[in-house]
Amino acid sequence: MELYELTALELAHKLHTGEVTQQEAADTALSRIHAAQPHNNAFITVSGPAFPAADLSASPLAGVPMAYKDNICTRGTTTTCASSILGQFSPCYDATVVECLSAAGAVSLGKLNMDEFAMGSTSETSCFGPVKNPWDLTRVAGGSSGGAAAAVAHREVWYAIGSDTGGSIRQPAAYCGVTGMKPTYGTVSRYGLIAYASSLDQMGPIAPSAADCAAVLDLIQGKDPRDGTSLDIPAGRLLDSLTGDLRGKKIGLPVDCYGEGLDAEVRSAVLAAAEVLKARGAAVEEFALPVMNYVVPTYYIIAAAEASSNLSRFDGVKYGWRAEGYADLGELYTKTRTQGFGSEVKRRILLGTFVLSSGYYDAYYKKALQVKSLIKQAFDDAFTKYDLLLTPVAPTTAPKLGESLSDPLKMYLSDIYTVSVNLAGLPALSMPCGFDSKGLPIGAQLIGPALGDGMVLDAAYGYQQDTHWHRHIPQGGDLK
Amino acid sequence: MKITEEMVDYISQLSRLQLPPEEKTAMTAELEQIVGYMDVLNTLDTTDVEPLSHVFPVKNVMRADQVVPSYDRASLLAGAPAADKDAFLVPKAVE
Repeated sequence: MELYELTALELAHKLHTGEVTQQEAADTALSRIHAAQPHNNAFITVSGPAFPAADLSASPLAGVPMAYKDNICTRGTTTTCASSILGQFSPCYDATVVECLSAAGAVSLGKLNMDEFAMGSTSETSCFGPVKNPWDLTRVAGGSSGGAAAAVAHREVWYAIGSDTGGSIRQPAAYCGVTGMKPTYGTVSRYGLIAYASSLDQMGPIAPSAADCAAVLDLIQGKDPRDGTSLDIPAGRLLDSLTGDLRGKKIGLPVDCYGEGLDAEVRSAVLAAAEVLKARGAAVEEFALPVMNYVVPTYYIIAAAEASSNLSRFDGVKYGWRAEGYADLGELYTKTRTQGFGSEVKRRILLGTFVLSSGYYDAYYKKALQVKSLIKQAFDDAFTKYDLLLTPVAPTTAPKLGESLSDPLKMYLSDIYTVSVNLAGLPALSMPCGFDSKGLPIGAQLIGPALGDGMVLDAAYGYQQDTHWHRHIPQGGDLK
Repeated sequence: MKITEEMVDYISQLSRLQLPPEEKTAMTAELEQIVGYMDVLNTLDTTDVEPLSHVFPVKNVMRADQVVPSYDRASLLAGAPAADKDAFLVPKAVE
């Protein structure tokens, strides 16, 4: 078996037994990165591994090559958010997740491409050009953590840290055929994550398997005094608690996620996943979740509002890039922002400014916060009856490059199955569950109650004991 | 909801953005389409529903009352487009 065919934990095991050296693992990763980069554009910055080698006793994943989405601050390494406005910004501090993983012996090989400021569902809005799907280079990798999903799918690194505001870990993981987890809001510190929509943003792993995701979360979850929204909960026991035993578990299938707009091949693959979970002992039942009809507008109002506020800090003064030829301070701000932001970012800043502006605040922003309350209530009610919910991740498999950019509203609508999870702060995981007739991966989403991260991972772990979808690697592992 | 170019001018000004004319026309149409779609929320009755800004009721978050060093001034200034050794540099803002 080639090194790139291993999961992160399998590679870690070989490092720990001495069968493979850290140098060999890093060399394999770097040569795969360099060979694939002209084809899939997954990386923005490639850095060599830090030597001396990691202390292998530091954690179960010590020595395993990985990478970070480029909206996560890394001290001394350029952090761009795939935006011209950040220029060659090189943070003077590490994000908390970077500190945690460095202490755990992670070997970072660079920074991954993404939609500009994590705004997009296709990773095409990057100022460094689009990420391409390793299963079909004429298609998108999904977004916004498209580089992370593409690099893990093609096994250029064995895991990556992405961020998820409305599906940005789960949807690219689905499009690229890998496993991705958005943990419960507040369980991973957001310190050092460049903010898009702070009440919804959460970082999490993208990796070959659910067990890998559990191992990563064990290293990054926990209270951080530098993030006031981080929760003081026990962390670090997810990997050890995996059993795959689903006996006695009740899984709900919201019928509103299987209706109009869902591709027939995606539907049948996700329903087949439900059968696998049933065979493992779970009881599966359909139920109605009509609030799904309101999740997309609610999400885009709240996310845009928060983005318009968060992105006001990019003004050409404190960091990043500054436009030339200004007469005064106002013109410096306006020219820098107008030339520095791409059109999707501008669209969301303008939309957010509109919904927060005097005369429209009550009708849009306040209304969305009220509907958010109803959405959270509907999920709370569902979890009184079910342990987990199973839905598709996206209505279709990966679209062609360029198809989505021309119609922003259509792109927003494709986020329908993922955004509700962020609005309700829940943990959810995307796992590969088959391929369509075009040979493109399909993803199934497991959603758990707040702090039910372990249960979500355990169900996916059980599923992956009985299936091989997470073992498939695009194009025989050799992109051309 | 009708979105006019005047409204886009106003929110652009609030956002410190200036769209060239052809971009403004396209953006106006796109925003109208998006905002029109958002009006679906008005079909839901939210009378007496409290707006929910944060999903978990976390209150009075305190850090330990300990003095810790700030980031080094020189490294913070190093990332700025224009700075001298003590400060960010901007055009004169007050006459």
